[in-house]
Amino acid sequence: MRLRRELTCRELVELVTDYFEGALPARVRRRFERHIGKCDGCTAYLEQMRVTIELTSRLRTEDVPSEALEPLLVAFRDWHADGA
Amino acid sequence: MDDDERDVVAALRRGDEATFRRLIERYRPGMLWVARRYVRDRATAEEVVQETWLAVIQGIDRFEERSSFKTWLFRILANRAKTRGQREGRSVPFSALDDPDSEQHAVDPDRFLSSGPRAGWWSSPPAPWGIPEDHLAIRELLDCIRMTIDDLPPRQRTVIALRDIDGWSADEVSDALEISDGNQRVLLHRARSKVRMTCGPDHDGGGA
Repeated sequence: MRLRRELTCRELVELVTDYFEGALPARVRRRFERHIGKCDGCTAYLEQMRVTIELTSRLRTEDVPSEALEPLLVAFRDWHADGA
Repeated sequence: MDDDERDVVAALRRGDEATFRRLIERYRPGMLWVARRYVRDRATAEEVVQETWLAVIQGIDRFEERSSFKTWLFRILANRAKTRGQREGRSVPFSALDDPDSEQHAVDPDRFLSSGPRAGWWSSPPAPWGIPEDHLAIRELLDCIRMTIDDLPPRQRTVIALRDIDGWSADEVSDALEISDGNQRVLLHRARSKVRMTCGPDHDGGGA
């Protein structure tokens, strides 16, 4: 079907997460990919979003501090000692 | 429950400390993010997480294994965090920014042409953004991202942290936060867009 007008850049940027998540209907995905294929700006945008995700994933979740861990292990031990 | 989970529950019941420690290490980061959605600050979230583990110790014998251990754990956590939030006089935070149904832009609308045959196309296209090689530059970027995520509205913050920092699946996140898949994606999209906008090369302050 050729009647649908093209996706604009402004529309495309709102679909990026759905695209990454595989949540776009096939028809919209094709329009999305057709647009990306000829738009340098949106290609760069998509890449920026990929970099954003990659960098965010480098934020380490911190190790459990011993002030948090130790009392729990003690409580665990006590509970089972009592139950035994 | 899969076998792995059954083993975990059995190990907890017989008092296997190594298993308990491993579970705390695995789930505590995500628990903190979820708790922070409901309570005032990080310190309170930490208390709620501690209380939740104590409840697990005392409740594991009554756990009926109809749900997964993880689902059970996060249900206890969410209930406690909600109660705590209400006691703090904090109704479940719900700003327009955090409402998946409100209209928001991933990119400043001024970046697009508003009229002419190319209306809706970039007026100033984004620049390419590579991950810098330089150690210091990466550190600055990561600091920017961490601060930006910290300042996000609670639901956006929780979703991006669980998905992109802790590596949870979309289903796990919608489950733990009791939101639809669609809303999960909207919140994730806003959060990522905000991080890109704040820390990326299109912004004066950040980027490589």
